[in-house]
Amino acid sequence: MGRELSVDGGSVGRVPQHTQTPEVLIRADGLVKTFTRKNAAPFTAVAGIDFEVRRGEVFGFLGPNGAGKSTTMRMIGCVSPVGGGHLSLFGLDPNTDGPRIRARLGVVPQEDSLDLEMRVRDNLHVYGRYFGLPRTVIRERAERLLEFVQLTERAEDKVEPLSGGMKRRLTIARALINDPEILILDEPTTGLDPQARHVVWDRLYRLKQQGTTLILTTHYMDEAEQLCDRLVVMDKGRIAAEGAPRELIERYATREVLELRFPLGEQEQAAEKLAGIGERHEQLPDRVLVYAEDGDGALAEARARGLEPVTALVRRSTLEDVFLHLTGRTLVD
Amino acid sequence: MAATILTEAEATARSRRVPGALVLSWRQYRFWTTFFRRTWRGTVLSALLGPVMYLTAMGVGIGTLVDQGHNLPGGVNYLSFIAPGVLAATAMQNGIFEGSFTILGSLKWNGNYWAAMNTPQRPQDIMLGTAIQGLVRILGVSVVFYAAMAAFGTVHSAWGVLALPAVLLTGAVFLFAMMAFTVTVDGDQPINVVFRFIMTPLFLFSGTFFPWQQLPGWMHPVAFATPLWHGVELSRELTLGTVDAGSALIHLAYLLAALAVAYGLARRNFRRRLYLDR
Repeated sequence: MGRELSVDGGSVGRVPQHTQTPEVLIRADGLVKTFTRKNAAPFTAVAGIDFEVRRGEVFGFLGPNGAGKSTTMRMIGCVSPVGGGHLSLFGLDPNTDGPRIRARLGVVPQEDSLDLEMRVRDNLHVYGRYFGLPRTVIRERAERLLEFVQLTERAEDKVEPLSGGMKRRLTIARALINDPEILILDEPTTGLDPQARHVVWDRLYRLKQQGTTLILTTHYMDEAEQLCDRLVVMDKGRIAAEGAPRELIERYATREVLELRFPLGEQEQAAEKLAGIGERHEQLPDRVLVYAEDGDGALAEARARGLEPVTALVRRSTLEDVFLHLTGRTLVD
Repeated sequence: MAATILTEAEATARSRRVPGALVLSWRQYRFWTTFFRRTWRGTVLSALLGPVMYLTAMGVGIGTLVDQGHNLPGGVNYLSFIAPGVLAATAMQNGIFEGSFTILGSLKWNGNYWAAMNTPQRPQDIMLGTAIQGLVRILGVSVVFYAAMAAFGTVHSAWGVLALPAVLLTGAVFLFAMMAFTVTVDGDQPINVVFRFIMTPLFLFSGTFFPWQQLPGWMHPVAFATPLWHGVELSRELTLGTVDAGSALIHLAYLLAALAVAYGLARRNFRRRLYLDR
């Protein structure tokens, strides 16, 4: 583990320029996307969002399925026209300079879209050729990138039998073949088992440390909390909040949360009795969340009022709580 | 290969520049050469065996029966009559095949079109690069078939060799038209419908196996309207040496016009599917 990535000056990803104000790579103002549908009313997937992504940061779009994250990613990736408002990458207009912008991006789409019949190495080769990279450079980079995503031993194997986690890592390696200035990842760990997710996170964290600008979408709050410097919480095509993970938690949640489960049918009454404990409550179908600075204290008070929850758990607030507070819904249904 | 050795930074700088449409299309074509590298032997074998079997069966088998009647226009033998027709019809068939599952697979099973869209490739480059691969195949199969035709003594004129560009043009019309269609569908059902209800009737009723004059009168305008009929006629006039400038120009003009329409549709539909409608 932990091999040095830099070989004769070439690194995986890019080192940020040390300037006083971080360079803004992506700027969106009132970005909109509406799909016209046959026999149905037009559907607005992105309803006017503003954000900025600066060089060297990891920027996240957190939201449930259908929030408009992937549509936004497609517009940033210049594979779908900007529907309205303003979007620029590297100061260029995606609608007219798509190919020039895409030459500087690396994209890890939600669907791996790898060639399953081709060998692992060949997948990198055919992709690198799309960027006009010479064969020798592709070969050398493929070597280094396969090492980086821990697939060197599988280089000559076909893609088909690889596990989901390996395929995702190969897709990440492929996206890095052109030494992109921004790496875009759409739901990078969706569908992976916990162990595979951690390997992917570890690799992304390394890229982040090398200063690669990363943009990722996720509906996993732990992913967003671990990786993102800054993020926007998206819901129904709009941005509900923006900031650093810690900042958002401080702004929209208390330090701790008390989770209480009650016997079937008794939650309603129990919740009423909780009135006044903590700063506020959220009722979910299967439990009540009590937001309080001191979770244990809140639990003691609840017990003092004669409440007997089936289970009681005190934990730190997370982005999940931020999302719940902002939208009244949970992230993963 | 005197490839200049580029440093990392130079290579990256070069990858940032976006070349013209032809270079981009060529890169897409190179994807397909790699993609088909594992199956090329089978392709070449079937391209070689197919025409030989066809010409043997038609010439030695059916031809012997037909030639006893002596009623083909110009008094040529049956094999010489059908060979240029089958040459054109095969080009059409390959055009339709190349424009079908290759495209559907790229959208649905392999996803390589979606992957390519994340590079400097544009929809029109992806379309043209895939078409180049189809055209190379059509040409390859046609050259082999033409060589077999010559070996069977069915080429009666020095003009004959021009049948190759003529059938390549015919194949191209169907290739682009089929690509324009396939890129709009989501499953193989509509493609099978095209195979059964468009390709097969065209194959049988465009004057490939018998003179179009044998068709009932009301079908003549239908035959004249199909690109394959023009391709078959042009190919046959060239290999039999019965070509005259007037009819050749009409066939050529018709095929070129059809190609322009099919190319335009393919370009528009690829752009819709891969960019506008996402």
